[in-house]
Amino acid sequence: MGKIIQFLATDLFKNKTIFLYLLFLWVTGFGLISLQGQGEKILLALLNISILVVPMICLVFSIIYFYNMYEFLLLLHAQPLARSTLLISFYTSLSLVLTGVYLFGLGLPLYFSGAGGEGLLLLLTGSLWNLIFIGLALLMAIWASDRTKGMGFSLLIWVYFVLLFDGLVLLLMYNFNEYPIEKLVLYISFLNPLDLGRILVLMQTDAAALMGYTGAVFQQVFTENWGKGLVLVLLLLWALIPFSVSIRWFNKKDL
Amino acid sequence: MSSWIPIILSLLTLLPSWGNAKTIALYPGEGRVISDAILQAAPYDTLVFKKGIYQENSILVDKPLVLLGEEGAIVDGQMGDEIFVIVSDDVSLENLTLKNVGVSYLKDRAAIRLNRVSNVTIRNNRLLNTFFGIYLQKSNECVVDGNTITGAAEEESRAGNAIHIWQGKRIRVTHNTLSHHRDGIYFEFVDESYIAFNQSRNNMRYGLHFMFSNDDIYENNVFQNNGSGVAVMFSNRISMENNEFLDNWGGASYGLLLKEISDGTIRGNRFQSNTVGIYAEGANRLVLSQNLLQNNGKAMDIKGNCMDNRILDNNFIGNTFEVLTNSKTNLNHFEGNYWSQYSGYDLNKDGVGDLPHRPVNLFALITDKVPAAHMLLHSFLVSSLEVAERMFPQFIPEQLIDSQPQISPYPYDYD
Repeated sequence: MGKIIQFLATDLFKNKTIFLYLLFLWVTGFGLISLQGQGEKILLALLNISILVVPMICLVFSIIYFYNMYEFLLLLHAQPLARSTLLISFYTSLSLVLTGVYLFGLGLPLYFSGAGGEGLLLLLTGSLWNLIFIGLALLMAIWASDRTKGMGFSLLIWVYFVLLFDGLVLLLMYNFNEYPIEKLVLYISFLNPLDLGRILVLMQTDAAALMGYTGAVFQQVFTENWGKGLVLVLLLLWALIPFSVSIRWFNKKDL
Repeated sequence: MSSWIPIILSLLTLLPSWGNAKTIALYPGEGRVISDAILQAAPYDTLVFKKGIYQENSILVDKPLVLLGEEGAIVDGQMGDEIFVIVSDDVSLENLTLKNVGVSYLKDRAAIRLNRVSNVTIRNNRLLNTFFGIYLQKSNECVVDGNTITGAAEEESRAGNAIHIWQGKRIRVTHNTLSHHRDGIYFEFVDESYIAFNQSRNNMRYGLHFMFSNDDIYENNVFQNNGSGVAVMFSNRISMENNEFLDNWGGASYGLLLKEISDGTIRGNRFQSNTVGIYAEGANRLVLSQNLLQNNGKAMDIKGNCMDNRILDNNFIGNTFEVLTNSKTNLNHFEGNYWSQYSGYDLNKDGVGDLPHRPVNLFALITDKVPAAHMLLHSFLVSSLEVAERMFPQFIPEQLIDSQPQISPYPYDYD
């Protein structure tokens, strides 16, 4: 397994897209520092960038990479290797490279903007997002042999988590405004890793004061250590479940 | 030259109290040293407090005197009742250190209380751990200048105000430093007064709190890091210029809270890092000009019951939300401000944007109706809705626009 990971990781590092991704993160990160200059604002801006870019890059890049390496996978399959070993090494190498680039790309600007614990939390959340969306991408790639279909559905997943889910939540809140739904909203946020991570980071910043009563309810959970731990465990579950499903599917799949 | 001397001498003899006024030195000792000295003193005498600790409270000052502290003169109230109660006109109290007035739930005990007097001066005193600091009651033409008032308040119900004025006219409150009390300065029914160069910091509730006080001028004060900022209510014709409202951050904090207030001017102030920069409810005919609103959560929250206010030539820089309102109509006038969120262009290079700016945020309107929607703060959905709404306004008040948005901020000098 180690050898396959090593090989795939070196192959990924030679990829120009990865380099461009790193460059993009640096340019936006340092650009924001020179424009806004202050710690908290930059943290929020980088949070927004992470929400937008991390899922997209992870989904699109991973799925394309999987399809491109499909023949190589078939070749490896001729060797006496377990299928799960193949997929795990695939997932691990993608996660290592994409998360590494993310950490390096945003970590440096965050370091220079002087963000403290909140910055670290953002990096941690962002890394977990990487793991989650790479897992989802592999799930899509295994589910759909057809490239167009797999690509289309992974984009749908991106739109769903970034936009549609929040839209539905907003609709729900409009309709059930008369009821005390603050607690419910808290549980609903568990269903979207992006919302979960965003609120977790927001709650550590001054922006929490802007959120009124809802913010107060959220703050009870998201600023306590057990709450933070719970959120991180939930995010880990979000990463593990799609990936374990994809292993199961891959084991049964007719290659 | 020598011909002037008789004239001056004769003028001097015309002053009635000249010959009688004595200077009496006080030394710390047993018993009620200060009260006894006041009892024996004649009007217009000067009592000089020599260095030392005077353990005394409930001192009644009932004749015009000058009470002057030398360096190191301390009056300790021993956590008892009020220290000085001034009931005579023309008293002046200077350079003293007063400390330890006990908390009472029945009576607003103050270190210095002025009761129905005029022309009293309280200058350069230090007040430490006094329940209320300086309490002016039905007094006119008094001066409170250069005092440092530091409380030891831990909870709001057990705290008093640093300077508390209840009913007064033409009072000058200047150069005071107020901290760790309930309110820094509290005014109720105080008219035609002048409040300037004070520093009010770290108070539990408001840095400055006034109600039913008309025709007052507030200049060059600093209000920083107070529990709820500054509240001005039920007052007319107030002028607030060159003040600083800083770091009032928290769930219930405002830089400046305006409620039922009319015909004032608010000019050249700096509002920085407050949850809400200016919150206006029932404010009418105010002119807000040349202010800087920077890095606030919400720069301005102007409710639908505010009318005919003019918001001109201000700088709005780096605020999360620029203007909030809860109404679809707009009865106020915004013009010539600089908005850092303005995204228009200036083709003819005259420094004024060619497209009007809509400073109201859709998200603010949504959360006003649906508070739970706060959960979506800083989400991609909200930012995209915001962009769409600004292009084709559906929900935000259509008339609430700045038709002359500036391209670059005004170079005002705030310091």
